[in-house]
Amino acid sequence: MHPILRDASLAALLSVALTAPLIGVQMIDVNGGVTFATHLDLVVYAAAAVFLGRLAFGWMRALRSDRKPPQPSKRRGPNATAVGLIGIVLAAAVPLTNSYYIDIGTTVLIYVMLGWGLNLVVGVAGLLDLGYAAFYAVGAYTVGLLSTWFGFSFWACLPLAGLFAAAFGVLLGLPILRLRGDYLAIVTLGFGEIVRIVLLNWAAVTGGPNGIGNLPRPSFFGLPFARSGPETFAGFFGIHYAPTQRVIFQYYVILLLALATNVLVCWLRRRPIGRAWEALREDEIAVRAMGINPTRVKLSAFGTGAMLAGFAGAFFAARQGFISPESFTFSESATILAIVVLGGMGSQVGIVLAALVLVVLPEIGRSFAEYRMLLFGAGMIAIMVWRPGGLVRTRSPSIQLRQMTARLGLQPAA
Amino acid sequence: MAYFIQQLINGITLGAIYGLIAIGYTMVYGVVGMINFAHGEIYMVGAFIAAIAFMVLQALGISSVILLFAIALPVTVVLTACYGWTVERIAYRPLRGASKLAPIISAIGMSIFLQNFIQITQGARVRPVNVGLQGGITLLERGGFAVQVSRMQLAIIATTIVLVAAFAFMIGRTAIGRAQRACAQDQTMVALLGINVDRVIAVTFVLGAGLAAIAGLMVSSYYGVVDFSRGFLAGMKAFTAAVLGGIGSLPGAVLGGVLIGVIEALWSAYMSIQYKDVAVFAILIAVLTLRPAGLLGRAESEKI
Repeated sequence: MHPILRDASLAALLSVALTAPLIGVQMIDVNGGVTFATHLDLVVYAAAAVFLGRLAFGWMRALRSDRKPPQPSKRRGPNATAVGLIGIVLAAAVPLTNSYYIDIGTTVLIYVMLGWGLNLVVGVAGLLDLGYAAFYAVGAYTVGLLSTWFGFSFWACLPLAGLFAAAFGVLLGLPILRLRGDYLAIVTLGFGEIVRIVLLNWAAVTGGPNGIGNLPRPSFFGLPFARSGPETFAGFFGIHYAPTQRVIFQYYVILLLALATNVLVCWLRRRPIGRAWEALREDEIAVRAMGINPTRVKLSAFGTGAMLAGFAGAFFAARQGFISPESFTFSESATILAIVVLGGMGSQVGIVLAALVLVVLPEIGRSFAEYRMLLFGAGMIAIMVWRPGGLVRTRSPSIQLRQMTARLGLQPAA
Repeated sequence: MAYFIQQLINGITLGAIYGLIAIGYTMVYGVVGMINFAHGEIYMVGAFIAAIAFMVLQALGISSVILLFAIALPVTVVLTACYGWTVERIAYRPLRGASKLAPIISAIGMSIFLQNFIQITQGARVRPVNVGLQGGITLLERGGFAVQVSRMQLAIIATTIVLVAAFAFMIGRTAIGRAQRACAQDQTMVALLGINVDRVIAVTFVLGAGLAAIAGLMVSSYYGVVDFSRGFLAGMKAFTAAVLGGIGSLPGAVLGGVLIGVIEALWSAYMSIQYKDVAVFAILIAVLTLRPAGLLGRAESEKI
């Protein structure tokens, strides 16, 4: 048999083995009990589709292998500053559209901020954190608890949320940061679960699975966005009250928070501490040999990342007006990590793109209803296989000795 | 005391299951050096294939429990192994040589995919499984409390012991085991010696999936239910077990599994059932802080 034909037949056979038990036989409810229905036609369709697809794939690959592989292009990427400015202008213009887009835009910006924060830990410092949602939860619950128990406003809670989250990050980081990469991953994952389970079960304080509601909304320099009251935003400026005013204001708040995060991260990356983070990612032993204390450097990255998640969490709580442990599951951590990795680990612009993709993808998928998450998972695999380095690939150091590289005739590291 | 022994037995049974799943994690980690996050879902898929196999066989008129197990077990193992192979082929093999994080993300994507795939095709409700060994042995009776080992528990523990012995033999004494150990040390060198590294890795995934399938089959008939969301937590605990025992070490995975199972059972019995997972993870953090290589793992010296 021709190798392409054999390959396609094997693939079809495999697809039968995969689909026969789980698509060919489906459990259905019948008045209290369970029975099953057979859909052997679906198995046949799947096998036929796989056979033809594999055949076409093998044929195309056979054709393409005759040609030379494409040369890697030396074209430089577009100017980062220009891309950033265009992005900011576009982002600032979002409130001109309708409230649906503003809402999605706000969600995207929360994820952009979280992505930039986690990028500091994973992309820049090279520490794999699978429990980032825990710090996000700490920030959100800081707002929830301080406002319900002590009547703090959102703006009073915001810095405290960052502070508490950073404190949690440092406390967790102290014992575990000497672990090597994969162990660090599982410990942070465990920590994320611990935080979620405690929030879920400590009902006396956190409200348990019911969460905390009626959280304070961000006010405009002390002017609340309310229909009536002594001093409201609409009343002060003499305009009519509209519910969208608050939504638009919140959008700009998260836009500013995200931009501040970006400025902070970019600034830190050029400081000695940022260079130490990047050096640590590349070679821990070399960093140690240079007389830098790796634990302290890791701790600062971990704490800063946690602080940024705390800010994002505080905003999330105020925007939703309601928080519950449901919002801080492992899949939340996984989504943020996916944004960082899809974005290219280390690239600020890439993270914006990835956040857009991962938030908008399920939104578009709404019309597919129940297939939404299925397609989301498949999309994650497909993007990873298509571009293992992420959408925007940069791993160059933030700062390098240009003169030195030029004099020695060396190429800057790709 | 009697209550304690009963909980211990329950814990060891649970731990044997975790151990079987943990072997899949530890073998893959040993050979490829990556965490197969979708392994918990493979176990869940195995549990569903077993439940469906039981259902279909019963509809065909087979009622003998022994016969049901004898047919369903190989069918489940083979079909689940196909899933293991396909997951590796689709989500991991194209990413070999990419950064260490890329396969983790595609594994998370795969796990979301598999969970939703089962939810769509088999429904979101908890599904009953009514095939299991009935009866048991009363070990001792004190103060009106009887310590019992059910036949299902005995079967689970015995199966685990046999499988672990078989795997230890396979890895230590056979050609494929030697190739696996060699791949764990230096894949480039192994490839130069004419061993197909891709095939060794595929076999590792298939074997891990087979073990997860057996675990899935036994759990579904032990508890009498399956549901699509059980893979994640079981997978996480099994991974914890693998790390606790020292990742890459086969006996370590089983020891870690049994420890996790016993801790979980005792904590649920004496402390609070809500915080049993907190206890598991807290102990993991403590062990790793004090003994970063795990209980049976060897501390690796860093290469410069």
